[in-house]
Amino acid sequence: MKSAVIVFPGSNCDRDVAVALERASGVAPAMVWHRETALPPVDFIVLPGGFSYGDYLRGGAIAARSPIMRDVESRARAGTPVLGICNGFQVLTEVGLLPGILMRNAGLKFICRDVHIAVADNGTVFTGAYTKDQVLRIPVAHNEGNYFADDDTLDALESTGRIAFRYTTPDGTVCDAGNPNGSARSIAGIYSESRTVMGLMPHPERVVDPAHGGTDGANMFAGLVEALAG
Amino acid sequence: MLKSGVLDPQGKAIGHALESLGFDGVGEVRQGKVIELELDASDSRAAEAQVDQMCQRLLANTVIENFTIDIEE
Repeated sequence: MKSAVIVFPGSNCDRDVAVALERASGVAPAMVWHRETALPPVDFIVLPGGFSYGDYLRGGAIAARSPIMRDVESRARAGTPVLGICNGFQVLTEVGLLPGILMRNAGLKFICRDVHIAVADNGTVFTGAYTKDQVLRIPVAHNEGNYFADDDTLDALESTGRIAFRYTTPDGTVCDAGNPNGSARSIAGIYSESRTVMGLMPHPERVVDPAHGGTDGANMFAGLVEALAG
Repeated sequence: MLKSGVLDPQGKAIGHALESLGFDGVGEVRQGKVIELELDASDSRAAEAQVDQMCQRLLANTVIENFTIDIEE
């Protein structure tokens, strides 16, 4: 599986996700600087976490208008799977590849800790190696992770199986106590209508090695390699 | 500005701070941002049309934000 990681000024999880991808696939991803205008031929694209452009204006807003994003958007619309993690999720909503927006956390604090999320739908290349309702322990690190969309959009996401992950308590219960940032309907990650674009706030690339203190993110990358290699 | 109906926790925190400073009678507080632009435009209508496009495409996120435009010559 050939992959590309887009690097913006202020990205800081680009190396982490590159290591996770190389471990899973055996191939180092192409690191593509935001000023480039075309991606190499790849099977998979990642928008990594970080603070692109210092979160000026809104998280992900400036990155979404950077030169490389035109090609990312056209590849995504042509069916190449695209994963946006944390700041990458914010970029995907600002580009319009995913609906809604990530607002300031309801508690107004930056949240940096492990959370629990449950797999709400596993019928995609991103989540096929997990089981439905499986509970994962994965770190979050964000100030704007409070997912918001209007009720019609939320209803549509729910009724078409496009909610990828929900925040839960450690036993997998979806409730306010398990929702760290006030996200609508406890949403931690969503899919596009085509189910080939996913954005999520938690950081699976930070839990792929026992030395990380957890390995619940490893199956996302293993599953992608299994689905896309060939 | 955030659209009405969108929860504004920052506005709420500002309201609480005003209360603790002793300002009474403060109702709902909502906050937003102001962006000042210098434009080379032929007239104010052209400028407004251009800024409207800028707001739609970058300056505001219309999922949650409204915007208003003031032109000064």
